[in-house]
Amino acid sequence: MAWNYTDLVKQHFFQPNNVGVLDNADGTGKVGSIACGDALKLTIKVDKENDTIEDSRFQTFGCGSAIASSSILTGMIKGKTLEEALKITNQEIAAALGGLPPEKMHCSVMGREALEAAIADYRGEKAGPEEEEDEGRIVCNCFGITEGKIRKVVAENNLRTVEDVTNYTKAGGGCGSCIDEIETILEEFSDARPEQTQEKKKPKSPKLTNLQRIALIQEILDNEVRPILQKDNGDLELVDIDGLAVSIRMVGQCSGCRAAGLTTSWIEDKLREIVDPAISLDVVEEGA
Amino acid sequence: MRTIYLDNNATTAVDPLVVEAMMPFLVEHYGNPSSMHEFGGNVANAIEKAREQVASSLGATHPTEIVFTSCGTESDNTAIRSALRSRKSRRRLITTRVEHPAVLTLARHLEREGYDVTYLPVDGNGNLSLNQLEEEMDENVALVSMMAANNETGVIFPVEKAGRIAHEHGALFHTDAVQIMGKLPLDLSSGNIDLLSISGHKIHAPKGIGALYVRRGCRFRPFLLGGHQERGRRGGTENVPGIVALGCAAELSQAHIDEERTRVRALRDRLEKSLLAMPDTRLNGDVDQRLPGTTNISFKNVEGEALLLMLDRKGICASSGSACTSGTLEPSHVLRAMGVPFHFAHGSLRFSLCRMNNDEEVDFVIEALPPIIERLREISLFKD
Repeated sequence: MAWNYTDLVKQHFFQPNNVGVLDNADGTGKVGSIACGDALKLTIKVDKENDTIEDSRFQTFGCGSAIASSSILTGMIKGKTLEEALKITNQEIAAALGGLPPEKMHCSVMGREALEAAIADYRGEKAGPEEEEDEGRIVCNCFGITEGKIRKVVAENNLRTVEDVTNYTKAGGGCGSCIDEIETILEEFSDARPEQTQEKKKPKSPKLTNLQRIALIQEILDNEVRPILQKDNGDLELVDIDGLAVSIRMVGQCSGCRAAGLTTSWIEDKLREIVDPAISLDVVEEGA
Repeated sequence: MRTIYLDNNATTAVDPLVVEAMMPFLVEHYGNPSSMHEFGGNVANAIEKAREQVASSLGATHPTEIVFTSCGTESDNTAIRSALRSRKSRRRLITTRVEHPAVLTLARHLEREGYDVTYLPVDGNGNLSLNQLEEEMDENVALVSMMAANNETGVIFPVEKAGRIAHEHGALFHTDAVQIMGKLPLDLSSGNIDLLSISGHKIHAPKGIGALYVRRGCRFRPFLLGGHQERGRRGGTENVPGIVALGCAAELSQAHIDEERTRVRALRDRLEKSLLAMPDTRLNGDVDQRLPGTTNISFKNVEGEALLLMLDRKGICASSGSACTSGTLEPSHVLRAMGVPFHFAHGSLRFSLCRMNNDEEVDFVIEALPPIIERLREISLFKD
């Protein structure tokens, strides 16, 4: 598949700036690995008087956009204080190249990580920030991507889908067995997004599609309601779910039970609490 | 800038003679072959002529053994689905780890449908073992599907022997022959191959036309249901210009097959020898058991996409099995199945030559590539 690289990407790929290793570098950052298909080593020279990056060099094993991202980064950090340099986001690296194809955003993330690692090395900090936060647990084994890295990149880039996460971090792009876990992380972020909480009637679950709502109702009935009814030799059958209207049929001892009204209002409350406050529960007569 | 096209396993240029043969069916002879009038009937005759051309170029015993399809992928899907449906009581499929996605994706899908699929491994040279196939066979295997030649490395599989093993256990045998067609002779006379897929655009016909050989006597279930076209074996109005083109291209491919084994092979060998003379390179795939025009070479510590971009700027078209070019994030499944180390797998380059290539083009690549490798190794942080 031919990539649509911008002229700037091509320029920095075909004529990269600052290739090599600095002699007597003050900080070295090395990220990625040959197994993953790309890796970057960034060396920086720091003016200690005013904490400014004087010079830098890179060596990159990787595709066109990885080499271009490395090249442009060395230009972006020159003359910046360490604090200023640390504020450079991966989006800014991509933007400086006139943009990167979505599938290649991980190259900009790699540049930013190498910079963080080089500065941490200069400052004598042993590990990158994610280890400090104790979130070094590996989620994606194929590419060795930690939960901390995924959370960080999702937050910084406001990522919404697993595909986004794969494009930015590679996580999930190998065997795919960690996709469920990435989805769980993304759900946490989507729960926390302000536009969701602004809704007045906030149900316990985020906005559900029809299918998700049906699945959730079924799950509650099967796992939380029916076991209790079954203890009293009763049970219920789910008859229909039409939007927010749920129809059930009481069977066994529950059918014709004098406390049936109490039972149904308990079930209705439970569904309203968990699924949606607007749920209505209808009991169909046996045989109807 | 001139284009040096050495990516013929991806697709080929349409032969001018093929264009000439198909053009009348785009312009004057536009009738529907199913029509009762003579205007349509003449078109039907052209289809039958093409069927004979394809049948004879494959060494099939009868033209009705050929079913025209839209592409190699459709042929593969049709063949595998048909075989499984005609052997309903059997629930196993045996294929290889290095098949084309047209087979592999379907195989994974069949697993989800409850089939038990075995993927035969290959060794470091990309060869597979018939003993292993023999060991895997049992009375529950419905079909063995094995490519005749690998698209990435060019490695050839012993499909006729494998077909015999499949038959000994009452299973059907399918081969994806898309890459071998026109490069090495096929022999269907033994009857060991039940189903065989070919594709037009790999043999200098246009894209959008393929064919499936179905051995006479082999039970068949159509994939596309519709009208009575192709004797009820493939619904849908025929792609007449494509079919005529495929017939012509199949015939031409047989006329040129010796040239593949002599002149094209010599070009490939010269290119390969010269590139392998560079330090830290390796050949991927068996040296001898290979298609004559294909070479797959890895350059250590260099990434394939970067390599292709540099070549592209010189007008050289090739392909790579690196992660960035495979459409996934991992290097080619073929190179991984062969156990090619990562230092090499990401830096693989496939050149695939055809009868339209010449010495001058090979010289140009031999000249252009070494400085590119040197430059990328200079940028790379891996040095040894």
